[in-house]
Amino acid sequence: MYLNYIIRRFSMFLLVIVLAVTINFIIPRLMPGDPVEAQLATMVATGAGYTMDITAMAEAYRAKFGLDQPVWKQYLSYWWDLLHLDFGYSLANYPDTVAHMVTSALPWTLGLVGTSTLLAFAIGTLLGGLLAWPTVPRALRAFIPLLMIASSIPYFLLAIVLIFFLAIILKIFPAAGSHQFSAILRFDLATIKDILHHAVLPATSIIVAGIGTWALEMRGMLTGILGEDYITLAEAKGLKGDRILLWYGMRNALLPQLTALALRLGHVVSGVILVEVVFAYPGIGYRLFQAVQIKDYFVIQGTVLLLILSIAFALLVMDLIYPLIDPRIAYQRR
Amino acid sequence: MTTTPGRIRGSVRALRLNLLLTVGLLIVVCLVLFAYLGPLLTDAKRAEIGAFKPKQRPSSEHLLGTNTQGRDVLAVLTLATPQTLNIGLIAGAVGIAIGVLLGLISGYFSGPIDPIIRVGTDVFMTIPAIAILVVVATNVRAVNVVTMALIIASLAWRLPTRTIRAQTLSLRERGYVQVARLNGVGDLELLVKEILPNLLPYIIACFVATVSWAILATIGLEALGLGPQNEYTLGMMIYWARFYGAILRGFWWWWAPPIVMIVLIFVGLFFTSTGLDQIINTRLRRAV
Repeated sequence: MYLNYIIRRFSMFLLVIVLAVTINFIIPRLMPGDPVEAQLATMVATGAGYTMDITAMAEAYRAKFGLDQPVWKQYLSYWWDLLHLDFGYSLANYPDTVAHMVTSALPWTLGLVGTSTLLAFAIGTLLGGLLAWPTVPRALRAFIPLLMIASSIPYFLLAIVLIFFLAIILKIFPAAGSHQFSAILRFDLATIKDILHHAVLPATSIIVAGIGTWALEMRGMLTGILGEDYITLAEAKGLKGDRILLWYGMRNALLPQLTALALRLGHVVSGVILVEVVFAYPGIGYRLFQAVQIKDYFVIQGTVLLLILSIAFALLVMDLIYPLIDPRIAYQRR
Repeated sequence: MTTTPGRIRGSVRALRLNLLLTVGLLIVVCLVLFAYLGPLLTDAKRAEIGAFKPKQRPSSEHLLGTNTQGRDVLAVLTLATPQTLNIGLIAGAVGIAIGVLLGLISGYFSGPIDPIIRVGTDVFMTIPAIAILVVVATNVRAVNVVTMALIIASLAWRLPTRTIRAQTLSLRERGYVQVARLNGVGDLELLVKEILPNLLPYIIACFVATVSWAILATIGLEALGLGPQNEYTLGMMIYWARFYGAILRGFWWWWAPPIVMIVLIFVGLFFTSTGLDQIINTRLRRAV
């Protein structure tokens, strides 16, 4: 039965990949005109053409698009290249490959998304749990409207406000980048401190804007659970309040909360992309932004594919783990 | 069955829910008034390049100052707000139209079309919207407000489709629908006369959520530099403010007004949709 579930879930994953690749293939070819000409024209128009060898670029583009071939052949060779992790060359930094540019940016994004999402999740979930508890002080409840407002603010707008107050006016944290401009990245204490110092503001904006959603969701979930019979039984047994809250209430609300994390991953990642743009943080999002500015088409495409692939993969792993840790999930039918 | 304290708690709760909806609607109405009456009272020349001395702080002459191009920020803000709302409304309307159609078909006819639409929606929901939107927007040349709205609309149908499908599935099995079917009412008439009117509250709640999503997506694309370059929108105001280094140079009056406006839009729509959701759910609980 679990095997069936794995197969179904895995074919879903493959479907997502096929769709993403196909969309990436079709869209430039749907637009009127020669995509190679169009891309080069916009690149020259944005001023990016000065620094590059335009004929080499045109050559690379034409070889890549293979427009003289029939469409099905183009499509197959597109897949062939992707399966060999050949995403083409960056046109702005010509001999540099897209695969290299994107993978070198990946650790920064993973670090930022990973830590800040985990922290937002942990703090928000705990706060939401407390807010649902009947005996919680009134003062804490005043947080609820604040949380609602926080949850509806886009991360990157909060980031701008944080930069203004904490980096420009108070000058406590750096306003941009992931480390000192001149620093050579080594594995020593000074480097780690420097990186953390730069990560505080971007991470804070993701955490603060993220807490609200988790807290509200947890509160809703826990309010439902506190009405269950096993909570009444636990109370009747004379268990202490905090023990009931933590081990009978929150523990059972935690797994649905994890499912919500999976559903919201795409939203979190797109939020992080924009936070990176605001902070000029050298991850995937900032790479994408730079590529968009000069219309470096293959870098845009490579980044987008990598994004879709990694999110689809993360969701696949999460979905496969759930039934193992939560026996309540029926995996026959979704 | 309800005890007196239970009833009191219930009505206090209903009042609180209504409060949420009331505050939300109030914010939305104020925004709409500002967005659609403001431009009539504003001289568009004040928003042009070089209209005034650049980089002035807010004063009685320029309530929100001027930017480095010499535009009056208040004038730009007044002209930008309706454009951003328009993008959200157009994308939301297109999204909900497609979503209702697909959701109805998928939920009502349980033939081979249902799994196709269901799996299709699931697949599209897995892909982060911004990834596809970036590819589309990069390939569209000369983006303006309408094309921007259509780009966003290309993915705005996902949430409505899923919600409407789920509701149609449950409505289909209700007694009055069954009775009408047994009386020989045709599928189309059944859908239009019995199911669609009962979906209305969900459609409205879903529309609010979709408009909010569409505005979020627009602002994201604009911040990446993929928005309409020659028009004023709230997202483009932030993009240009960042582009000219207004954040690092401390010209807060350039980026703070659009941020406040955007936050108001999201808070207003979020309160409205949460209030609507809760009212629909309470009505549902009473009906059961």
